[in-house]
Amino acid sequence: MRRATLLLFALLALAGPARAVLPGEQLADPKLEARARAIGAQLRCLVCQNQSIDDSDASLASDLRVILRERLRAGDTDRQAIDYIVQRYGHYVLLNPPFEAETLLLWLGPALILVAGGVWVATLTRRAHRVEEPSPALTPDEQAQLVKRLDAESAS
Amino acid sequence: MTAEIGQFALILALVLAAVQALVPLAGAWRNDPVLMAVGRSAALLQLLFVVVAFLGLMVCYLSNDFSVALVAEHSNASQPMIYRLGATWGSHEGSMLLWVLILALYGAAVALFGGALRESLQARVLAVQGLIGAAFLGFLLFTSNPFTRLSPVPLDGAELNPVLQDPGLVFHPPILYAGYVGLSIAFSFGVAALIEGRVDNSWARWVRPWVLTAWIFLTIGIAMGSLWAYYTLGWGGWWFWDPVENASLMPWLLATALLHSSLVLERRGALVSWTILLSILAFSLSLVGTFLVRSGVLTSVHAFALDARRGVYILGIIAALTGSSLALFAWRAPVLKTGALFKALSREYAITINNLLIVVATATVFLGTFYPVFMDVLHGDKISIGPPYYNLTFVPIFMLLFVLVTFGPVMNWKRDEMRLLLARVRWPAGLALVALVVGAAVFGFKHVFACAGLALGVWLIVGALVVFARRWRIGQLPAAESFSLARATPLAVWGLVIAHAGLGITTVGITCVSAWQTNKVLSMSPGQNVKLAGNTITMTAVRPVMGPNYEANRAEFDVSGPFGHRALVSERRLYPASQTTTTDAGIGVGILGNVYISVADPNPDGGLTVRMWNHPFVDWIWAGALLMAFGGAVSLADRGVRVARIERVPVRPMMAEPVTS
Repeated sequence: MRRATLLLFALLALAGPARAVLPGEQLADPKLEARARAIGAQLRCLVCQNQSIDDSDASLASDLRVILRERLRAGDTDRQAIDYIVQRYGHYVLLNPPFEAETLLLWLGPALILVAGGVWVATLTRRAHRVEEPSPALTPDEQAQLVKRLDAESAS
Repeated sequence: MTAEIGQFALILALVLAAVQALVPLAGAWRNDPVLMAVGRSAALLQLLFVVVAFLGLMVCYLSNDFSVALVAEHSNASQPMIYRLGATWGSHEGSMLLWVLILALYGAAVALFGGALRESLQARVLAVQGLIGAAFLGFLLFTSNPFTRLSPVPLDGAELNPVLQDPGLVFHPPILYAGYVGLSIAFSFGVAALIEGRVDNSWARWVRPWVLTAWIFLTIGIAMGSLWAYYTLGWGGWWFWDPVENASLMPWLLATALLHSSLVLERRGALVSWTILLSILAFSLSLVGTFLVRSGVLTSVHAFALDARRGVYILGIIAALTGSSLALFAWRAPVLKTGALFKALSREYAITINNLLIVVATATVFLGTFYPVFMDVLHGDKISIGPPYYNLTFVPIFMLLFVLVTFGPVMNWKRDEMRLLLARVRWPAGLALVALVVGAAVFGFKHVFACAGLALGVWLIVGALVVFARRWRIGQLPAAESFSLARATPLAVWGLVIAHAGLGITTVGITCVSAWQTNKVLSMSPGQNVKLAGNTITMTAVRPVMGPNYEANRAEFDVSGPFGHRALVSERRLYPASQTTTTDAGIGVGILGNVYISVADPNPDGGLTVRMWNHPFVDWIWAGALLMAFGGAVSLADRGVRVARIERVPVRPMMAEPVTS
C-alpha cells in the first residue's frame, strides 16, 4: 500500500531521475537502470549533507550506486536491494524513514493535528448554528432576493 | 578606525534598543505620551547607528582592510568588487548584522508610518521590537562580533566561499531577510495586543500591510533561492527539502495562513486568538530558521557557520521570546473579546479550513526537519528524512488545499449555499476536467497523476479569473456595464486574482518538470552530438579560460531544436585560493522549457562527463512565484489607500455585523 502511494506521488512530485550518475556506472538495460535511479533517489549519500546517492558527486555515493546496480543485475527485487544496503549502512541511509514505533509521531503527527483542528473547526461552526436565534422562515421570493444581495455584497 | 566606529555604533545601538524596549512600555502603562514618544526616537536612532555599523563593515570590505578578521576570512584583493560588497553579508557575522539592520529598518518604519495607530499600541509594538533588537545586537556583540581585529595583519585575505560568488548573493539574502524579519512586526503587534488585552478589526487592518510586506519579500526570497540553487548546484533541481529551505518555507506557510486569517478578523471579527497565535508562531519559526542556519545543528548544504556557543545563545533567544510570548498568550488570550462565530458554509469557514491545512503542512515540514535531531538527542539514533517523506505527507495536503483555493474567493461571507457555490465554479471545474481527459488521452494513462496536476493548475488559474467574471457580471450585464464594473475593481481584488493565478502557474511548472523531465549522462568529446527531447546537442569546443579569481574548463555546445540554434556554454571552475570547484551550468531558457547542461571532470577515455537535462516548463515555477509576489504588491498598494482613508473617517460602521458577533 505504502509503495503504491509512493509511486503515485513520486510521479507528481519527486524531482525525476536525473542526477550525478556517472556515464560508466549506467546499466545497459534501460529498465534496470530506471529501477536503479528510482531506488537511488531514496538512498542517502552518508558522507554528504542531505543529498541522495544519485545527486552526489562523492565517491561513496558512486560506490553505493555501483553496489546497487550489481544487486539489481544479480536479480534482486527493489526491496531486497534496499535491504541489502540498509543491512550494511543502517537506517540512516534511507531518505524515507521506516514506519515504526520510534517514527510514529513523525508519520502520524500531521494527521493528529488535522483531526484536532477539524474537531475545533466543527465546534466553532456547531456553536454558530446553535447560537442563532430562530427567525421566521423567509418566503421563497424573499430568499431569492436575499441571496442575490448577498452575492452582490460578497463580490466586493 | 572604520572598524572601531562600527563597533562603537553597534554598542550604542544596543543601548538604544534596550531603551526602546523599556521606556515606551512604561509609557503605555502609565499613559504618558512623553515616555511613549521616546520609543519612536529610540527606534530611529537605533536605525541610524546600525546603518553606521553596517556601512562601516562594507567600507572595510571594499577597502580590503585585512586587519579586520572577518574581511581577511571572506575576501581577498582579487575578488571582484561586487562580491567584496556581497561578502559583507556572506559570512555568519555579516549576515547577522544584515538581520539586525533590517530589524531596525522595520522598527523605524513603524515609528515613522505608524501614525494612524493607537498611540499605546504603537508604543508597545516598538517596545517588543526593541526587545528583539537588543537580543540580537547582544548576540552580535557577545558571540559574533564582525569588527574583531587581527594581528599580525595578513597580506591578503582568504576567500568568500566560491559557491556564494554569484549575483544571487547580492540579492537573495537581503530579500529573504526582509521577509523573515518583517514577520517580527506581526509578532510585536500580536504581543502588544496581548499586553493591551484588546484585539479588533482595526488591529487586523493595521497589521495586514506589514504581514503582506513580509510575505512578498519571503516569496521573492524563496523563489530566488530556488532559482539560484537550480542554476548553480549543477544538478538542475529546484527544491531539495534541505533543512535550510524548510526553514524559509515554514515562516512563509504561516505568513500565508496569517494573511488569510487576518482578513477574516478584519472583515468579520472572527478568529481573534487564532490570528494572534499565528503571528507569534510565524516569527518564532523564522527565528528557528535563523537558528538552523546559524548554529549548524543540522548538517545541510547551507551550513557555513558551526559554533555551539552561538547555537546556544540563539536557542536561548528563541526559548525566551517564543516561550514568554506563548505564556503571555495562554494567560491573556482568554481576556480577549471572543471572536465572532461562523457557519459551516461561508468564506470565513473556507479560510479556516485553508489555515488548518496550511498548519498541518507546516507541521509535516517541521517534523521532517527536526525529527532527526530529536531522534539523535533522545535515542542517539540517526535517521534521514528526505523528499520521499514530503511527497507522502506535504504534497497530498497541499493538493487538497489547492482544490479548495478556487472556492474561497467566490464564496459569500457569513453564509452560502453549496448548490450556488458549485454553480459558480462550473467553468474552472469543467476546464480542469477537459485538461485531465485530454492529458490522459495524449500522454497515456501512465501519466494520469501528472495530468491531474495539470488539471489542478487549470482549476487554479481559471478559478482565479472567475473572481473577475463574477464581479464584473460578465454575461449578466451588457458589456459596457461590465466594463465600468471592471474599472471600479479595487486593487486588492486584482492582487487576489494575480496571486491565485500565480499559484496555478507554479503548479503547472512543478507538475511538468517532475513528470516529463528527461536527462542523459555521457562522456563527450568535441564534435560529438546527442539527441535529447527533440534537440540535437553538439559539443563544439572545450578549452581552458581564466576568470578574475578562478580557472575554468569551458565546454561549448550547439543546441539545435525545433525553434532554431542556440549556443550554450558550461564551465567547471576551480578557485585556487580555496581549492574549491564549482559548476556553472549552461541553460537555454525557453517558455516551454529549459535545456540544462553541466560539465564535470574529464574521463579516462579523454572525453568530458556531460550531464544534460530537458526541463519542461520549469521556469513557470518561478514565474508563478513572482506573480504571487506581484499580486501581493498590488494588494498592498490598495491597502495603503484604505488605511489612510480609514484614518480620516475613524468610525466606520461594520456592515451586517449583528447576526453572529
